Amino acid sequence: MTLRRVSSLAAVTLSVTLAAACAKGTGNAAEPQSSFNPSATLSGSLQVMGFGGDDEIGQVRLAEAKKALGSGVKVSQVKGDLDIQQFLSAVASGQPPEIVYANRDQIGTFASRGAIVPLDSCIKGEGIDTSAFRNPALDQVTFAGHVYGIPEFNVVQITQANKDLLSQAGLTVDDVNGSSWDKVTAANKKLAKTSGGKLKVIGFDSKLPEFLPLWAKANGADLISADGKKAQLNDPKVVEALQFAVGIYEDQGGFSKVKAFRDSADFFGKGNQFATGVLGAMPMEQWYVNVLNDVSPNAPMVFDTVRGKDGKPLAFASGSAWAIPKGSKNAQAACRFAKVMTQTESWVKAAQKRVELRQKEGKVFTGLLTGNAKADEEVRKLVKPSGNPTWDSAVEKTYAANDATFSLPANPADAEFKTAWQDAVNRVLNGQQEPKAALDQAQQEAQKALDAAWAEWDKK
Amino acid sequence: MRRSETRAAWLFISPWVVGFLVFTAYPVLYTAYLSLTDYDVINDPHFVGLENFRTLMDDPKVALALRNTAVFVVMSVPTHLLIALFLALLLNRAGRASGFFRTAFFLPKMTPPVAVGILLLLLFNGQSGLINRVLGSVGIDGPAWTTDPTWVKPGLVMMTLWTVGGSVVILLAALRSVPQELYDAARVDGAGWWRQTWHVTVPMISGALFFVFIVNTIHAFQSFTEAYTAYFGSGNTTYSNDAALFYAIYLFQQAFQFLHMGYASALAWLLFVVIMLVTLVQFRVSKRFVFYEGEQR
Repeated sequence: MTLRRVSSLAAVTLSVTLAAACAKGTGNAAEPQSSFNPSATLSGSLQVMGFGGDDEIGQVRLAEAKKALGSGVKVSQVKGDLDIQQFLSAVASGQPPEIVYANRDQIGTFASRGAIVPLDSCIKGEGIDTSAFRNPALDQVTFAGHVYGIPEFNVVQITQANKDLLSQAGLTVDDVNGSSWDKVTAANKKLAKTSGGKLKVIGFDSKLPEFLPLWAKANGADLISADGKKAQLNDPKVVEALQFAVGIYEDQGGFSKVKAFRDSADFFGKGNQFATGVLGAMPMEQWYVNVLNDVSPNAPMVFDTVRGKDGKPLAFASGSAWAIPKGSKNAQAACRFAKVMTQTESWVKAAQKRVELRQKEGKVFTGLLTGNAKADEEVRKLVKPSGNPTWDSAVEKTYAANDATFSLPANPADAEFKTAWQDAVNRVLNGQQEPKAALDQAQQEAQKALDAAWAEWDKK
Repeated sequence: MRRSETRAAWLFISPWVVGFLVFTAYPVLYTAYLSLTDYDVINDPHFVGLENFRTLMDDPKVALALRNTAVFVVMSVPTHLLIALFLALLLNRAGRASGFFRTAFFLPKMTPPVAVGILLLLLFNGQSGLINRVLGSVGIDGPAWTTDPTWVKPGLVMMTLWTVGGSVVILLAALRSVPQELYDAARVDGAGWWRQTWHVTVPMISGALFFVFIVNTIHAFQSFTEAYTAYFGSGNTTYSNDAALFYAIYLFQQAFQFLHMGYASALAWLLFVVIMLVTLVQFRVSKRFVFYEGEQR
């Protein structure tokens, strides 16, 4: 071996060793050692990552939180949706934000990797009333028996339908609320219209892939076990739910046609599918009621909750949560910030501001789902009858759905789990696989990911 | 004198050398190390030997992504090259207007790839997209470009032609440097346009053609943004299409969505090896077809 070769080899070895030295993680998060006390005077800085909060609901609560922290704490924001890579890199480099705002379904993954800390002492010390939070929301941020996030907001689905199209077809909203899949299938066939091989009216949109958990639950099945360890994707009831929801598209000429038509719609504008009479019904998140009320207040709408086969209201809850990263340099301030952002008084003040703004615009206040049951109750008192039974009914159904939510539990492989079932649904929609085969494959992929992730967790 | 010149040379190239070492060489070596570990960004890398490479051999999605990427490369690179050559030949005859057209062809290249991905969904919408409306006007019922797995890749290939302008400019520059005497001699020998193109133009610009071919092949193997935006990106969070799962997209998912940095590093090295092998084959084959002026064999 020549001297030059030896030198090259030494340089490479040195570089790899340096690289290895740099790749030091900071995992195995424990609870912060800070002492939490609601009456303590706080100081220092508080960097908030992942929170946009530019509307009045965000701004009013932010002001409340700043007031509670006192002038000694300097609050700064890294705005925009949470960039996972940016967040994890910041934690790994020992420079995390003091508090992070994440989707609730990300909490299990962050917790299992030690990127965020359990909040037991924060909750106890600051006196955060966890009993006020809705259980499905709290379940989503509870991992291995510890609460890792303070939940806020609740996104739920309700049935939204075009009353005129329904009545022209001799139907009512009961035919499309999901309480009878036979009725939904029949209604879809009546409502859908094609001309010259092109779809002109979508009868019913079952909103796949995203709403598979909803249809599965409506059929009495969960996609994952309550402890977050076992995938249940090829449960016969899940397969049946997928067959039903895909069948809705097949009866309209296939998913390709429905998607192409759906994608060409002016979803957020005056030319939306309901206003233009090209969509019969669909389950949809409650925020879309606000969109419709804003851009097409005269659209002939009718609303109901989504219902399970037993006829009871049902909604798949999602939302956000506040979490404290490992290495947060001001955990006390972070904890109090999370507490104030999610407490009933802050929500009520934010809702009052929204009511005021909506009144100025001459628009309806359609309520606010906070993830906090007590706050929901107080905010609902601010909702006044608008004089328009359609929008009042939307509010009523939204709150009914909010009382009937379920969620998927936190698990350490959420991204892989979600990708597995969504890919399966997409393979069926794209005509590549039958529902049973697709979900069998997804079950294997998801379980493999869950087993690996839980095994890693068990080693800690 | 010579030593001071050498020092000056190093000084002048040092910004590049430092940049190369810090931003290219170091990350490359780092991924080589990471490919032998289990690493999730937060926790310490855990040495697993060749486990990641064994896993990728058994991972059906690696095979799917490689197959998708290979098909895309085979479809897109020759199409891109032929269209670029055709446009360059046209521009070469455009006379004084060629400057305008050269700019016009190049402008789409400036479009951000994310915008191209979104544009793809609009242009190729099966119900209302411009492509199917044009096809419909001549009695052809266009396919479902964005959902039918058979048509997803052809749609993406057609969309990559949007940025053909860069290659056109390179080939046009090469065309402009072909000596006029060669054409004159060919004409004297009775060669028409086609024979002049085939026997004079193509051999004389074969170096540029080969460059465009190599660069586009590597680029196609690394295809990511347009397909990701259209089929996996944030505007389309739940709908995806296996047919558009290119290798770089799967690598991205493993690294940044599932936080399997070690496995993603192994995937990156496999892609590097594949591209290197393909490039070596291309260089070997090119010796028979590519002509460099002043070359001595």
